[in-house]
Amino acid sequence: MTQTPYPLAMDLAAGLFLLSAIGVLWRQQLSAMIRLLGLQGAALAGIVAILGVHQHSLELILVAVGVGVLRAAALPWLARRALGDSPAEARETRPVVNVATSLLAAAALTLLAYAVTRPLVALAPSPATTILPAAVAVVLIGFFTLVTRRRALSQVVGFLLLDNGITATAFLATAGVPLIVELGVSFDLLLVVLVLQVLTTRLRTAFGSSDLDELRELHD
Amino acid sequence: MTITLLAPTGLPLIAALTYATAGWRARSTAWVGVVTSTLLAADALTVAATVTRRGPVHTAGGLIRADALSAWMLLGVATVALLACWASPAYLAAGHTSASRARWYGVLLHLFIAAMTAAVLAGNLGILWVTVEATTIVTAFLVGHHRTRTALEAAWKYVVICSAAIAIAFLGLVLLYYAARHTGLTGEQALNWVTLTGHAHQLDPAVTRIAIGLAVIGFGAKAGLIPLHAWLPDAHSQAPAPVSALMSGVLLPVALYAVLRVKAIADPALGAGYLRTVLLIMALATLAVAALLLIGQRDYKRMLAYSSMEHMGLIALAAAIGSQLAIAGLLLHMAGHGLAKTVAFLGSGHILHRHISSRITDVRALAARMPLLAGLFGLAILALLGFPPAALFASELGIARAGADGGLIWATAAAFTLMVVAFAAITAHTGRMLLGPPPVPETVTAEASDPPAAFTLTAAMPLIAGLLGVAALGITLGPFTDLLHAAASIVAAS
Repeated sequence: MTQTPYPLAMDLAAGLFLLSAIGVLWRQQLSAMIRLLGLQGAALAGIVAILGVHQHSLELILVAVGVGVLRAAALPWLARRALGDSPAEARETRPVVNVATSLLAAAALTLLAYAVTRPLVALAPSPATTILPAAVAVVLIGFFTLVTRRRALSQVVGFLLLDNGITATAFLATAGVPLIVELGVSFDLLLVVLVLQVLTTRLRTAFGSSDLDELRELHD
Repeated sequence: MTITLLAPTGLPLIAALTYATAGWRARSTAWVGVVTSTLLAADALTVAATVTRRGPVHTAGGLIRADALSAWMLLGVATVALLACWASPAYLAAGHTSASRARWYGVLLHLFIAAMTAAVLAGNLGILWVTVEATTIVTAFLVGHHRTRTALEAAWKYVVICSAAIAIAFLGLVLLYYAARHTGLTGEQALNWVTLTGHAHQLDPAVTRIAIGLAVIGFGAKAGLIPLHAWLPDAHSQAPAPVSALMSGVLLPVALYAVLRVKAIADPALGAGYLRTVLLIMALATLAVAALLLIGQRDYKRMLAYSSMEHMGLIALAAAIGSQLAIAGLLLHMAGHGLAKTVAFLGSGHILHRHISSRITDVRALAARMPLLAGLFGLAILALLGFPPAALFASELGIARAGADGGLIWATAAAFTLMVVAFAAITAHTGRMLLGPPPVPETVTAEASDPPAAFTLTAAMPLIAGLLGVAALGITLGPFTDLLHAAASIVAAS
């Protein structure tokens, strides 16, 4: 059986999308994590573009360009700016869960994603929806990164992974939510990252580092 | 009608623009916000009257829509916004805030109000989501307003947890949209809740179940419900008092309003049982956490924050019961809690200015030293505890009765037992603050010699107005009776 180029391209893009998320868990260098995030943004734009070409939709191809600019360039650039020029801070030194366990957890989360998305795929089987599990796996891995990393910036990266996964789900399941909602979501996302970037700077001024271990004055 | 539906978002935006260009001046622009929020309240009354008389109204192709439920929420937002704006000049005057920070405060406060009014008037789940997320963005810097280490820490937790939670809610909406598209709805209709509710029985149950669960957990986090509640006590205790009042008094209800909208779609699609179980677990767990953490509480602003969680837990319980009486009780409880908690937070702001510390043990014998402030704070706490004539007495009674009628006796009994624990804890802490022997004069250090301004009647006016409002609501709903019943029947299981 020969595969047509469309499912093949979809699978490749989705594979890259999931692998870059796992790469974030594997690498500890913050700058490498941000590079992987950019790669993932590019893979996401690729998925949208492939969908656009397949459906002969100029609108989707334009959206793909927008997604690419925002997620492969603008957001990683903002994250890199938040990193500043402090090489001493450039590593995730003491994650709550070490790298080997994180990778095992990523495998488990991917399996979980396949299990919970079965009804989603069953509703409308197509080359696009069959890779929904990969998108949901990225959501779960993003959430995992968010709760197990202690550097402020790694948490931002985790949040962005989570969001990339959700956007991928939206495009794969329904070729995207209505444009006005998509615009609102992208704008909100950009603002959240800007807010977090400013907060990281202020935290660094107040605490001398953005290691969230220092954040323990508020508790009961 | 278009203009009355656009004004609730437009007026705060005008105020925000004024502060952005002219800055915050104690004698002039400080009162712009009061003027716009008075107009906002008048506009909310117009919307409420129209909706009561003519039924739902909409504009902008259905993207902006007001039915009885939106109108009720809009009234709540407008009232608390008015009180918070009214109290803001006194708060900033006492707080030694720099000019640029006061300007930012004015801009962000009004953007915050605009986002909330837009949220309750959204006719589309997507727009609702965008506006709820916008509230997180604009309040982030309001929480961090004081730029202390604790304030920044609270702001960071707030943004990270709420953004992640609300992203999860978005995943839920995406899946709901996916299910809706497969019933043959077009892209524009598939997030509009009027059409969604109409087509709910056609939605694929397996996909809808995942979608609704995610949406309720996500929006529930923003309403301070378990499991993603950890941001709430930090953010509410660190924000400036008028902002805490808005966050606790109306932002939590707005997030819960999103849950109610989701519930109106979920119940016809999945039957009432599914969401009832989810909400019951969230409600009881939230109540338990709030009650337990109230017992050993040492900080009075955190005490108020946990009290908000406790009330949100009760409101989630009412949503789980879901009968007409329960939903009416829920809406009345939202309004009463909004007003009473606003007064309590505004009062706590004044107490904080005069004691520097927010520890309960540092405030003693307030009733003897500042009878007016202590009286108002005490009355607000009594209202929150559910003493008549406060509206919370009537609403709690209604929710308890609805729970007994609806076959959820054990859950309701457990919830009210936890409420009693919280009641005892709050009474003990407040008693320690208001009563007791006055502090020995020697303990007052020399640095604190900068004598804080007396608590004048002018500063007390917003607090008195709020207390009168909560008492009036408890005695009679007057012209709002029809609106409340119409609003309740939108969500209630028939």
